[in-house]
Amino acid sequence: MDTFAVHRSDFEQFSTLQLHGFLDAHTAPELEKHFETLISEGRYKIIVNFENLNYISSAGLGVFMGKIENVRNNNGDIKMCKMTPKIFRVFDLLGFPALYDIVDEEERAKFLFEKPSS
Amino acid sequence: MPKKEFEYHLRIPSRTDNLELIREFVSKVAAMVGFNEDDVGKIELACDEACSNVIKHAYENRNGNRRLDVLIRCDLKKFTLIVTDHGKGFDPTKIKMPDMKEYLAELKVGGLGIYLMKTLMDEVDYSIKPGMRNQVKMVKYLINKKNSSAVFVGGNRE
Repeated sequence: MDTFAVHRSDFEQFSTLQLHGFLDAHTAPELEKHFETLISEGRYKIIVNFENLNYISSAGLGVFMGKIENVRNNNGDIKMCKMTPKIFRVFDLLGFPALYDIVDEEERAKFLFEKPSS
Repeated sequence: MPKKEFEYHLRIPSRTDNLELIREFVSKVAAMVGFNEDDVGKIELACDEACSNVIKHAYENRNGNRRLDVLIRCDLKKFTLIVTDHGKGFDPTKIKMPDMKEYLAELKVGGLGIYLMKTLMDEVDYSIKPGMRNQVKMVKYLINKKNSSAVFVGGNRE
């Protein structure tokens, strides 16, 4: 079953990972690889677009927790956008909105990179 | 009054690529007995966390082919989900519930599965006999659910 896909696009200093399908213990290593590639290329301004993600479990959440420190230590961040209510509920249940910027649109995420206090 | 209780059972190899199938099974039964979309999502995630723990910890192998059983028992009042494995087991008294504020502040990784199960379900109990039979039993109550009258629409055993 091909249940998860990541589409990457780069624009100037930003890299966007668009997630599709189901992010669970089976598919989380795939997302981890994408983060490792970005980090190895020195691309630390990362936007994750959740628009087409249908499901997330703690294995998926663990990928973000596992990378955030490295990314922030390099003056970057992982910003999140376009979450469906179902996905947002899981993030919210665990208090993740206190740790990550979760916004409606990709443009807003880019804006926050440039003006973090806004 | 006849006893209205139903059982649905899925026996499946303990591989992470089967998690999607397990979630589909549990979600469909939960929706059928009358849980709303939000609660179906909670049951689906709790079951995924329990099964992922079995694959990762009890069997220590992402792609093993050990036996994993998911049993759903439901009656007019409650939905019981029992996940059974025959792996290494653990001491449930040693499980610490993470303090999420501290967890996030320290950027910790992992260990959220049981926290989620306990948060998402009304009851979570363990019966651990390492190497023989380990069970996680989770309950979600149906009472006061708007559509609880829809229970057993799909069934016929009385």
